[in-house]
Amino acid sequence: MVSGQELQVQEKRELQKKEESTAPARMFLPTTDIYETDQALTVVMEMPGVDKGKVEINVEDGVLTVEGGIDFSKYEALQPVYTEYNIGNFRRSFDLSNSIDQGKIRADMKDGVLTLTLPKSEEAKPRKITVA
Amino acid sequence: MIGMDPFDALFRLQRALDTRLASDWLSSATAGIGAFPPINLLQQGHDFVAVVELPGVRSDALSVEAKENSLRLSGTKSFDYEDKASLHRRERIAGSFDRTITLPIRIDPDRINAEYRDGILVLFIPRAESDKPRTIKIA
Repeated sequence: MVSGQELQVQEKRELQKKEESTAPARMFLPTTDIYETDQALTVVMEMPGVDKGKVEINVEDGVLTVEGGIDFSKYEALQPVYTEYNIGNFRRSFDLSNSIDQGKIRADMKDGVLTLTLPKSEEAKPRKITVA
Repeated sequence: MIGMDPFDALFRLQRALDTRLASDWLSSATAGIGAFPPINLLQQGHDFVAVVELPGVRSDALSVEAKENSLRLSGTKSFDYEDKASLHRRERIAGSFDRTITLPIRIDPDRINAEYRDGILVLFIPRAESDKPRTIKIA
Protein backbone atom coordinates (compact mmCIF):
# COMPACT_ATOMS: atom_id res chain seq x y z
CA MET A 1 0.00 0.00 0.00
CA VAL A 2 1.02 3.60 -0.46
CA SER A 3 2.82 5.01 2.50
CA GLY A 4 3.63 8.45 1.13
CA GLN A 5 0.66 10.16 2.68
CA GLU A 6 0.45 11.73 6.07
CA LEU A 7 -1.68 9.93 8.61
CA GLN A 8 -4.84 11.56 9.93
CA VAL A 9 -6.70 10.67 13.07
CA GLN A 10 -9.61 8.34 12.33
CA GLU A 11 -12.49 8.91 14.70
CA LYS A 12 -13.23 5.70 16.58
CA ARG A 13 -16.68 4.47 15.66
CA GLU A 14 -18.90 3.22 18.41
CA LEU A 15 -20.86 0.01 17.92
CA GLN A 16 -24.60 0.67 17.61
CA LYS A 17 -26.28 -2.34 19.11
CA LYS A 18 -29.57 -3.75 17.95
CA GLU A 19 -30.33 -5.09 21.39
CA GLU A 20 -29.63 -3.45 24.69
CA SER A 21 -26.74 -5.01 26.50
CA THR A 22 -26.65 -5.82 30.17
CA ALA A 23 -23.21 -4.28 30.62
CA PRO A 24 -23.06 -0.48 30.43
CA ALA A 25 -19.61 -0.20 28.83
CA ARG A 26 -19.42 1.10 25.27
CA MET A 27 -17.94 -1.02 22.49
CA PHE A 28 -16.10 0.05 19.35
CA LEU A 29 -16.01 -1.09 15.74
CA PRO A 30 -12.58 -2.22 14.60
CA THR A 31 -11.31 -0.42 11.48
CA THR A 32 -11.49 -3.15 8.84
CA ASP A 33 -10.20 -4.07 5.40
CA ILE A 34 -11.65 -7.04 3.52
CA TYR A 35 -10.25 -8.58 0.38
CA GLU A 36 -10.96 -11.66 -1.65
CA THR A 37 -8.87 -14.00 -3.74
CA ASP A 38 -9.94 -17.12 -5.62
CA GLN A 39 -9.05 -19.20 -2.60
CA ALA A 40 -10.08 -17.17 0.41
CA LEU A 41 -11.61 -14.13 1.97
CA THR A 42 -9.28 -12.14 4.22
CA VAL A 43 -10.50 -9.81 6.95
CA VAL A 44 -8.00 -7.43 8.55
CA MET A 45 -9.12 -5.67 11.73
CA GLU A 46 -7.37 -3.08 13.87
CA MET A 47 -7.93 -3.82 17.53
CA PRO A 48 -5.28 -1.97 19.53
CA GLY A 49 -4.80 -3.28 23.06
CA VAL A 50 -6.27 -6.72 22.35
CA ASP A 51 -4.12 -9.71 23.21
CA LYS A 52 -4.43 -12.69 20.87
CA GLY A 53 -5.89 -14.74 23.71
CA LYS A 54 -8.78 -12.29 24.01
CA VAL A 55 -10.13 -12.66 20.49
CA GLU A 56 -13.29 -14.64 19.75
CA ILE A 57 -14.17 -15.55 16.19
CA ASN A 58 -17.48 -17.08 15.28
CA VAL A 59 -19.06 -18.08 11.97
CA GLU A 60 -22.70 -18.99 12.27
CA ASP A 61 -25.50 -18.95 9.66
CA GLY A 62 -23.25 -17.12 7.22
CA VAL A 63 -22.40 -14.35 9.69
CA LEU A 64 -18.86 -13.74 10.84
CA THR A 65 -18.60 -12.16 14.29
CA VAL A 66 -15.33 -11.04 15.82
CA GLU A 67 -14.95 -9.84 19.39
CA GLY A 68 -11.82 -8.51 21.05
CA GLY A 69 -11.35 -7.77 24.73
CA ILE A 70 -8.89 -5.04 25.67
CA ASP A 71 -6.51 -5.07 28.59
CA PHE A 72 -7.15 -1.84 30.45
CA SER A 73 -5.10 -2.72 33.52
CA LYS A 74 -2.47 -0.12 32.55
CA TYR A 75 -5.07 2.55 33.34
CA GLU A 76 -5.59 1.28 36.89
CA ALA A 77 -4.63 3.68 39.67
CA LEU A 78 -3.94 6.42 37.11
CA GLN A 79 -5.70 9.75 36.93
CA PRO A 80 -6.53 10.96 33.40
CA VAL A 81 -5.31 14.53 32.85
CA TYR A 82 -5.73 14.89 29.10
CA THR A 83 -7.39 12.44 26.72
CA GLU A 84 -7.96 12.33 22.98
CA TYR A 85 -9.74 9.00 22.61
CA ASN A 86 -11.77 6.54 24.57
CA ILE A 87 -11.18 2.85 24.92
CA GLY A 88 -13.40 -0.20 24.97
CA ASN A 89 -13.84 -3.72 23.72
CA PHE A 90 -14.29 -4.36 20.02
CA ARG A 91 -17.04 -6.18 18.15
CA ARG A 92 -18.05 -6.40 14.52
CA SER A 93 -20.12 -8.72 12.32
CA PHE A 94 -20.21 -9.29 8.59
CA ASP A 95 -22.56 -11.26 6.35
CA LEU A 96 -20.46 -13.68 4.34
CA SER A 97 -21.51 -14.00 0.75
CA ASN A 98 -19.42 -17.11 0.10
CA SER A 99 -19.54 -20.34 1.98
CA ILE A 100 -16.49 -20.77 4.13
CA ASP A 101 -14.60 -23.87 5.11
CA GLN A 102 -14.95 -23.31 8.83
CA GLY A 103 -12.42 -25.90 9.83
CA LYS A 104 -9.65 -24.06 7.99
CA ILE A 105 -10.05 -20.50 9.29
CA ARG A 106 -6.66 -19.04 10.19
CA ALA A 107 -6.18 -16.16 12.60
CA ASP A 108 -3.03 -14.16 13.17
CA MET A 109 -2.58 -11.25 15.55
CA LYS A 110 0.29 -8.77 15.32
CA ASP A 111 0.75 -5.25 16.68
CA GLY A 112 -2.96 -4.99 17.47
CA VAL A 113 -4.06 -6.09 13.98
CA LEU A 114 -6.03 -9.29 13.47
CA THR A 115 -5.73 -11.01 10.09
CA LEU A 116 -8.40 -13.63 9.47
CA THR A 117 -8.10 -15.91 6.48
CA LEU A 118 -11.38 -17.62 5.65
CA PRO A 119 -10.79 -20.27 2.96
CA LYS A 120 -13.72 -20.72 0.59
CA SER A 121 -15.36 -24.11 0.61
CA GLU A 122 -14.85 -26.19 -2.54
CA GLU A 123 -18.26 -25.39 -4.05
CA ALA A 124 -17.71 -21.65 -3.60
CA LYS A 125 -14.44 -21.52 -5.54
CA PRO A 126 -14.68 -20.14 -9.07
CA ARG A 127 -14.66 -22.66 -11.88
CA LYS A 128 -13.55 -22.10 -15.38
CA ILE A 129 -16.26 -23.13 -17.79
CA THR A 130 -15.17 -24.15 -21.22
CA VAL A 131 -17.58 -23.26 -23.96
CA ALA A 132 -17.84 -26.21 -26.26
CA MET B 1 -23.01 -9.25 48.30
CA ILE B 2 -22.46 -8.93 44.57
CA GLY B 3 -18.84 -8.89 43.46
CA MET B 4 -17.21 -6.17 41.38
CA ASP B 5 -18.15 -6.49 37.73
CA PRO B 6 -15.22 -5.92 35.35
CA PHE B 7 -17.63 -4.27 32.87
CA ASP B 8 -18.52 -1.71 35.51
CA ALA B 9 -14.82 -1.00 35.96
CA LEU B 10 -14.48 -0.40 32.22
CA PHE B 11 -17.60 1.79 32.20
CA ARG B 12 -16.23 3.93 35.03
CA LEU B 13 -12.90 4.23 33.21
CA GLN B 14 -14.70 5.29 30.00
CA ARG B 15 -16.51 8.02 31.92
CA ALA B 16 -13.27 9.17 33.55
CA LEU B 17 -11.59 9.36 30.14
CA ASP B 18 -14.56 11.31 28.76
CA THR B 19 -14.33 13.98 31.43
CA ARG B 20 -10.75 14.80 30.41
CA LEU B 21 -11.43 14.63 26.67
CA ALA B 22 -9.38 17.40 25.04
CA SER B 23 -9.06 19.14 28.41
CA ASP B 24 -6.98 22.32 28.40
CA TRP B 25 -4.14 20.67 30.36
CA LEU B 26 -2.04 20.52 27.20
CA SER B 27 -3.63 23.75 25.93
CA SER B 28 -2.45 24.26 22.36
CA ALA B 29 0.95 22.75 23.01
CA THR B 30 0.72 20.16 20.28
CA ALA B 31 2.85 20.94 17.28
CA GLY B 32 4.59 19.01 14.56
CA ILE B 33 2.62 17.73 11.65
CA GLY B 34 -0.90 16.53 12.24
CA ALA B 35 -2.62 15.15 15.29
CA PHE B 36 -1.84 11.50 14.62
CA PRO B 37 -1.41 9.45 16.72
CA PRO B 38 -4.06 10.20 19.36
CA ILE B 39 -2.61 10.35 22.87
CA ASN B 40 -4.05 9.83 26.35
CA LEU B 41 -2.11 11.32 29.25
CA LEU B 42 -2.55 10.09 32.78
CA GLN B 43 -1.01 10.98 36.09
CA GLN B 44 0.51 8.65 38.64
CA GLY B 45 1.57 10.62 41.67
CA HIS B 46 4.13 13.13 40.41
CA ASP B 47 4.78 11.16 37.23
CA PHE B 48 2.93 10.73 33.96
CA VAL B 49 1.93 7.93 31.63
CA ALA B 50 1.14 8.42 27.93
CA VAL B 51 -0.92 5.74 26.15
CA VAL B 52 -0.87 5.88 22.35
CA GLU B 53 -2.81 3.70 19.90
CA LEU B 54 -0.71 2.66 16.90
CA PRO B 55 -2.29 -0.51 15.50
CA GLY B 56 -0.34 -1.95 12.59
CA VAL B 57 2.80 0.09 13.25
CA ARG B 58 5.81 -2.16 13.69
CA SER B 59 8.05 -1.32 16.63
CA ASP B 60 11.04 -0.89 14.30
CA ALA B 61 9.07 1.70 12.30
CA LEU B 62 8.37 3.78 15.40
CA SER B 63 10.58 6.39 17.00
CA VAL B 64 10.21 8.27 20.28
CA GLU B 65 12.31 11.29 21.24
CA ALA B 66 12.11 13.23 24.48
CA LYS B 67 13.45 16.56 25.62
CA GLU B 68 13.00 18.34 28.92
CA ASN B 69 9.39 19.21 28.24
CA SER B 70 8.51 17.70 24.91
CA LEU B 71 7.83 14.35 23.32
CA ARG B 72 8.12 13.56 19.64
CA LEU B 73 6.50 10.49 18.10
CA SER B 74 7.23 9.66 14.50
CA GLY B 75 7.01 6.66 12.25
CA THR B 76 5.36 4.91 9.37
CA LYS B 77 2.44 2.58 9.07
CA SER B 78 2.50 0.33 6.04
CA PHE B 79 0.89 -2.90 4.99
CA ASP B 80 0.71 -5.01 1.87
CA TYR B 81 -2.03 -7.16 0.47
CA GLU B 82 -1.79 -9.77 -2.25
CA ASP B 83 -1.69 -8.27 -5.72
CA LYS B 84 -4.47 -10.36 -7.18
CA ALA B 85 -6.88 -9.65 -4.37
CA SER B 86 -10.05 -7.68 -4.97
CA LEU B 87 -10.68 -5.23 -2.19
CA HIS B 88 -14.22 -5.25 -0.79
CA ARG B 89 -13.78 -2.87 2.11
CA ARG B 90 -11.02 -0.43 2.72
CA GLU B 91 -10.98 1.52 5.96
CA ARG B 92 -7.38 1.22 7.12
CA ILE B 93 -4.96 3.98 6.16
CA ALA B 94 -1.22 3.69 5.61
CA GLY B 95 1.14 6.63 5.85
CA SER B 96 3.65 8.45 7.96
CA PHE B 97 3.31 10.56 11.10
CA ASP B 98 5.36 13.05 13.08
CA ARG B 99 3.87 14.63 16.17
CA THR B 100 5.42 16.67 18.95
CA ILE B 101 3.64 17.54 22.17
CA THR B 102 4.89 20.06 24.69
CA LEU B 103 4.09 19.17 28.26
CA PRO B 104 3.33 21.82 30.87
CA ILE B 105 5.84 20.13 33.19
CA ARG B 106 9.55 19.32 33.14
CA ILE B 107 10.31 15.68 32.59
CA ASP B 108 13.35 13.49 33.10
CA PRO B 109 14.03 12.33 29.51
CA ASP B 110 16.72 9.83 30.53
CA ARG B 111 14.35 7.88 32.71
CA ILE B 112 11.47 7.54 30.26
CA ASN B 113 10.46 3.96 29.78
CA ALA B 114 8.68 2.83 26.61
CA GLU B 115 6.71 -0.36 26.11
CA TYR B 116 5.06 -1.38 22.86
CA ARG B 117 2.59 -4.24 22.82
CA ASP B 118 -0.54 -5.17 20.84
CA GLY B 119 -0.40 -1.90 18.92
CA ILE B 120 -0.30 0.25 22.07
CA LEU B 121 2.67 2.38 23.04
CA VAL B 122 2.92 3.13 26.75
CA LEU B 123 5.42 5.75 27.90
CA PHE B 124 6.25 6.08 31.59
CA ILE B 125 7.33 9.69 31.99
CA PRO B 126 9.00 10.62 35.27
CA ARG B 127 8.74 14.23 36.33
CA ALA B 128 12.09 16.00 36.74
CA GLU B 129 13.22 16.27 40.36
CA SER B 130 13.54 20.04 39.95
CA ASP B 131 9.89 20.20 38.93
CA LYS B 132 8.41 18.34 41.87
CA PRO B 133 6.60 20.45 44.40
CA ARG B 134 8.31 20.96 47.75
CA THR B 135 6.65 21.34 51.06
CA ILE B 136 7.78 24.50 52.75
CA LYS B 137 7.94 24.38 56.50
CA ILE B 138 6.52 27.42 58.20
CA ALA B 139 8.77 28.38 61.05
